[in-house]
This record gives sequence, structure tokens and C-alpha cells, in this order.
Amino acid sequence: MTTNPKRSAKQPEHPLDDLIRTDRIPHIWCPGCGIGTAFSSCLRAIKATGLPYNRFTMVSGIGCSARGAGYIKLDSFHTTHGRAIPFASGIKMARPDLKVIVFSGDGDLFAIGGNHFIHAARRNMDLTVICVNNLTYGMTGGQVAATTPNMAKSTTTPLGNPDSPFNLPLLAYASGASYIARWTILHTRDLTTAINEAIMRKGFSFIEVLSPCPVNYGRRNKEKPIDTLKLYQDRTITKNGADPARAEIDFDRGVIIGKFIDIDRSACDDRYCEINRPCSDD
Amino acid sequence: MAFWRVPLDAQDIQITQGGVYIIDDRCKGCGYCIAFCPKDILQFSDRFNRKGYHPPVVVKPGECVNCHYCEIICPEFAIYSVEIQPVVSVK
Repeated sequence: MTTNPKRSAKQPEHPLDDLIRTDRIPHIWCPGCGIGTAFSSCLRAIKATGLPYNRFTMVSGIGCSARGAGYIKLDSFHTTHGRAIPFASGIKMARPDLKVIVFSGDGDLFAIGGNHFIHAARRNMDLTVICVNNLTYGMTGGQVAATTPNMAKSTTTPLGNPDSPFNLPLLAYASGASYIARWTILHTRDLTTAINEAIMRKGFSFIEVLSPCPVNYGRRNKEKPIDTLKLYQDRTITKNGADPARAEIDFDRGVIIGKFIDIDRSACDDRYCEINRPCSDD
Repeated sequence: MAFWRVPLDAQDIQITQGGVYIIDDRCKGCGYCIAFCPKDILQFSDRFNRKGYHPPVVVKPGECVNCHYCEIICPEFAIYSVEIQPVVSVK
């Protein structure tokens, strides 16, 4: 016979409390913002690798999502705007044994830092780049960004965005990244698995995470945060191995999510060691 | 859960039971855990937390199946579930 279990008197700790700076929580992200979910999924993926925590480092640029580097209880760096990837490349070349994770937003990685992104992907730097794509410049007040969909309203385009946005998986694929995936914050388990695979994959790994920005994007486009998540539930098509060229973000037609590319290509630090450090002891 | 036909081993299957813990002062009341709980066991409470939001409250405590979805969707590290080991008493 089964009886009702006794609840222990003391509340146990949150399972991620050993990886976050609990003195800084609650964090600054708005109610309904998806960055917290993407961040916690990244922490869970770090945990799931089973590697010691001192083999990880997190680098971020400027923006809402870039605050993540300040909340993780690991060695982390909050760099200047758009320069997260060059900083991370430097860490990787100096300490090739570290797993370097770049956690930043779409404005930081693709608008001001776009050039760094394509060149790191071209050289196949062994980084894990997690881009939280909230389709706008959230921190500065909702201006039109390089990823804002066509005809979406923003502070600077009140009548609708006349331009078409970047297709980030296609950009990463064309530049030569070796792992490309896109998930939303609703597909949290797949996202965690993808980040875990990306950390273990040698070479440039890029994961785009679609995330709601209820205050600066959703409010101007008449979307409550729950509506955005419902949109992610109803209007996304999971298709692993899909062609990145067909992965535009258009919720009317359906957004393709999944793991697009997973290939083996020689990474930059390996080639560098082979050519420039042929006599080193290690 | 309603079955079209009761599985033959329905009596032997043990469903995991979970206990939900909520850290009230971290919650910002986005309601994701409430909207996406597969067993609908959560609801907004009438209380306010320190920041003035309504944290969720467990309304059907025995029905959590410890799927951890509230824990992984929560952007605030404010909710988590722990498996409750069933206590089998010997007659």
C-alpha cells in the first residue's frame, strides 16, 4: 500500500544554484523575457557535459542577453559591444583546452559584430555561439534591428519594417560553421541537447534561440509573451537536416527549427598548432 | 488521464510523483509554468511577493508527475520539482 509521502521540512536548493550567482538573482530581465530560459538551458547543458566547471568560460558582448556573463558562477567576461567573438577567439588560441561559450544577442553578434562572426566561422574557431534572437534591439528601446521581420513595427519603423531580415542559419552556413541549429525557448529540452552537442563539437557551433521580447517587440506588435510562445508552438516546423536557405523567420508560413548542419571540419586552433607549433612538447 | 482502452499493465505502472518548490521572491509572474504545465496543477496565487508579483501556487499537490517542465521553462530560476520517493508500508 502506498501512503502519502512526508515533505522534508527544509526546502532543497534549486538544481542550478551552484552555477548562478544567487546574490544577483532576481536578474534584470523583464517578466516574460525568454533570455532567462535560454540561459538556464545553457547552464543545464554545461552541467550535462560532466566536465569540471573550470574548463568552461563564458564571453558576452553588450545587450540584454549579454548580462548572462554576469550571472554565471564561472570565469566569464562581459566585453565591449560586438567584440565577444574576437575576445573568445583570443581565449581559445591562448588556452585551447577551454570550452569557450559566447552567449549574446542578435544585435551584438550580427549588427555591430557581424564581421567578427563571419570570420570566426570562416576560420572554424572552436567556439560555441549562442545567439538569443528577440528580433529587436531590446535594451536600447526597441529600434529596428538586422533581424526584425519585414513589416514588423518598431520604435524607428512605426509603419512597419520595409527591409527583409538576416537569415542567421544561412549566414552561418555560408560562412562555414560546423554546427548550426535553431530552437525556441519553448523547445527547451531540444535546445539543451543542442547546446550540449555544440559544446562537445570541435569547431564553430552556432545556435539561434528564438525568444520573446514582450516589452520592446511584443508590445508594439500586439503580442503578449504567452501569445509568442503559442506562436512558437503552432507556427514552427521541426525539421532536422533542413536546408538553411529555407529557414527565414516568417511566422505566417511557418518557421523551420531544428539541427541544420553538423559536419566535421578541421578547427582553427588545431591547424595553427600543426603549422606554427610543430615542436611544442604538449 | 482518460484511456480509450485501459492498458493491460496499468496496475503495475508506477507513475513518478513530484513535489514542486517555488522560490516566491525570484518570481516575476510571467505565467509560463502555469500555461505549460501538462497536468495544470499551478495557478496564480493571490499573495504578492516582495517585488509585487503574484507567484504561482500548487493547487493539486498530488498530481505532479515530476516532468521538470516548469523548472526548465522558468526564466527566473524560481520553480523546480523534486521526485518524491513513494513510501511503501509493510502490512
